[in-house]
Amino acid sequence: MDWTALRLSLELALVTVAVLLPVGVLLGRTLAFHRFPGRGLVEALVALPLVLPPTVLGFYLLAAFGAASPLGRLAEALLGRPLVFSFEGLVLASVIANLPFAVQPVQRGFEAIGVELRDAAAACGMPPLVRFLRVELPLAWPAIATGLVLVFAHTMGEFGVVLMVGGSIPGETRTVAIAIYDRVQAFDDRGAALLSAVLLAVALVAILATFGFSRRVGRRLG
Amino acid sequence: MSAGAGLRVELRQEAPIPLAVELACAPGELTALVGPSGSGKTTILKAIAGLYRPRQGRVAVDGEVWLDGAGRIALPAHRRRVGLVFQSFALFPHLSALGNVAAAMGHLPRAERTGRARELLRLVHLEGLEGRRPAELSGGQQQRVAVARALARDPAVLLLDEPFSAVDRATRQRLYREIAELRRILGMPVLLVTHDLEEAMLLADRMTVLHRGRTLQSGTPLEVTTRPASAEVARLVDVGNLFAARIAGRDADAERVLLDWHGRPLEARGRPPWPVGARVAWVIPDGFVVLHRRDRPSRGEHENPVPGRIEQMVVLGQTARLTLRPAHAPELPIRFSVPLHVARRNGLAAGVEASVSLLAEGIHLMAEAEDGRAPP
Repeated sequence: MDWTALRLSLELALVTVAVLLPVGVLLGRTLAFHRFPGRGLVEALVALPLVLPPTVLGFYLLAAFGAASPLGRLAEALLGRPLVFSFEGLVLASVIANLPFAVQPVQRGFEAIGVELRDAAAACGMPPLVRFLRVELPLAWPAIATGLVLVFAHTMGEFGVVLMVGGSIPGETRTVAIAIYDRVQAFDDRGAALLSAVLLAVALVAILATFGFSRRVGRRLG
Repeated sequence: MSAGAGLRVELRQEAPIPLAVELACAPGELTALVGPSGSGKTTILKAIAGLYRPRQGRVAVDGEVWLDGAGRIALPAHRRRVGLVFQSFALFPHLSALGNVAAAMGHLPRAERTGRARELLRLVHLEGLEGRRPAELSGGQQQRVAVARALARDPAVLLLDEPFSAVDRATRQRLYREIAELRRILGMPVLLVTHDLEEAMLLADRMTVLHRGRTLQSGTPLEVTTRPASAEVARLVDVGNLFAARIAGRDADAERVLLDWHGRPLEARGRPPWPVGARVAWVIPDGFVVLHRRDRPSRGEHENPVPGRIEQMVVLGQTARLTLRPAHAPELPIRFSVPLHVARRNGLAAGVEASVSLLAEGIHLMAEAEDGRAPP
C-alpha cells in the first residue's frame, strides 16, 4: 500500500475543499441571487472544466504556471521555486478543475431558497449578515455539503490534470490515481487493486452522502 | 388624525411596472387594495416594505420618512418597521413556529424574545404548537404563525398580501373574525391586498381600487361599490348593471336629471357636470332595483318603472338572483336579487313577465369610460 500517495491525495483533497468552501459559497450565491452583465460567461467558465478533457485543462494550466508566464514568475518569486511539479501548483490546478463541482450545487442550493423567503427575512428586520447566517446558510448547507463532498471525491481521483501539472514525484505530486497508473505500469496488480479499492470506497461514500443531502433539501424546502 | 399619523404612500414610475399610486391609511384603519391580478397590488406592498424600489415616490409612516425620491431617502427593508404577511406565508422551513416568530425580534434583548414570541403565538391561538415546524402545521395554522411573526417586530404598519387565499373557506371565515379582532387591539394602519371583493367589503374600512398600477378610487367599500368614480371602477368592483345613457334634461334646482336610456326615460338625482345631450355611463347597484308585486300594484311603481321578462332565476341559498330583459331593450339585462320567499310569492320563474323600479337615488352617473370600452 502506497501510504505516501494516499496521504498526499488526502491532503490535496482537504486543502482543495478548504479553498473551495468560501469560493464556492461566494460565487454560487452571487450567481444565484444577482443578475449582472457577463453572468452567463462566468457560469460558462465555471462549468468549462466539466466538459474540457483533463489533459487539455492540464496543458493550459501547465502553460499558465510555467516560468514563461507572469503567474509562474510571480509564484516562483513568492514560493522560491516553480509552481509546476509542486504541491502548491497541484492545489491551484485542483481548485480550478473542481470549480464546477463546488459552485454548481451551491448555486442550485441558494436558488432553491427563493426570493420570497429572502424578502421575508428582510421584512423580519434581519440585516444582510444575519439573513445569510440564520436563513440562507441553514437552508443551503446540504447543497454546500454536497458540493464539498463532490470536490473531495473528485480530487481524490483526479488523474489527467494532476499528471500534466504535477507529474509523478513521490511525496510531492504522486497522488493515489497516479500511483495506481504507476503500479499497473510496473505490473504490480495487487498494489493497483488496493489503491483502486480505496478510491472506489471514497466514491461510493461520496455518492451516498450527496444523495442523503439532497433528500434533506427535498424535505426542508419540499 | 394628525398630519403625520398613519401611513402615506405615493409612488410614481413609467417603467418597468407603471405606477401612479396615492393612498393613505390611518392608525387602526384597515384599507383594502383591490384590483385584478397584475394591477400592482403586491408591488405596492413591496415598495412600502422596502423590497421594491420605485423610481419616484414617498412612503411615510407616522411622520417617519422611509422613502423619498426627492430627498434621496430609501431605508433598506430591515430598517422599516413593517409586519408583512406573504401570500404563501414564506415561513422559515428550518425553524419552529416559535423560532419563526422570534426570528423577527432582532430589536429585543435575546432573553426577552422567547417569552414575547410565546405571547404572540397565544394571541393568534397557537399555544401548544410552538415547537412545530411549518411543514407540520395546517394552512390556517401557518397563516397564524405568519401573522404572529409579522407582529413580532412591533411594526408601525401591517401589510397583508392576500393572506387568506391559501386556506380553505371555513378557516378563512374564522381568520376574518380574528383579523378584525386583532386590528381593534393593535391600532396600527393595516393594508390588505385582495382580489376578493367580498373579503374587502367584510373587513375593510376603506377600499382603494387599482388597475394597471394606478389607484382609481379610494373610499369606503359602500361608496366605491355604489358610487364608483368611473365605469372602469364599476367594472373592476363588479357593481353590475352598468349602462350608457344620454342626458335628456336637467333641473338644477330640484337636483333632478332626466336620462334617455335607449328610448326609456329615467330620472336620477344630483347635479352632474354634463350638458344636455352628453353621453354618460351609469350604474344601479343590486339593492336599488325593486321588484313590483305581480298580484297587485303598490306604492312607488311610478319611479323609473322598467317592464320586461325574467330570463333567468338562480337560487343561491335563501336568495334568488334574477336577470330581467327590459321590454324596450332586451339586449341590456338588469341583474338584481330578492329573498327567495319574495320570488316564490310573486311566482317568478324564467320566462314570466315582471317589472321593476330603478330607484332614482341609486342611479349613479359617471363620465363615459376612459378606457374606450363604452358600456352598452
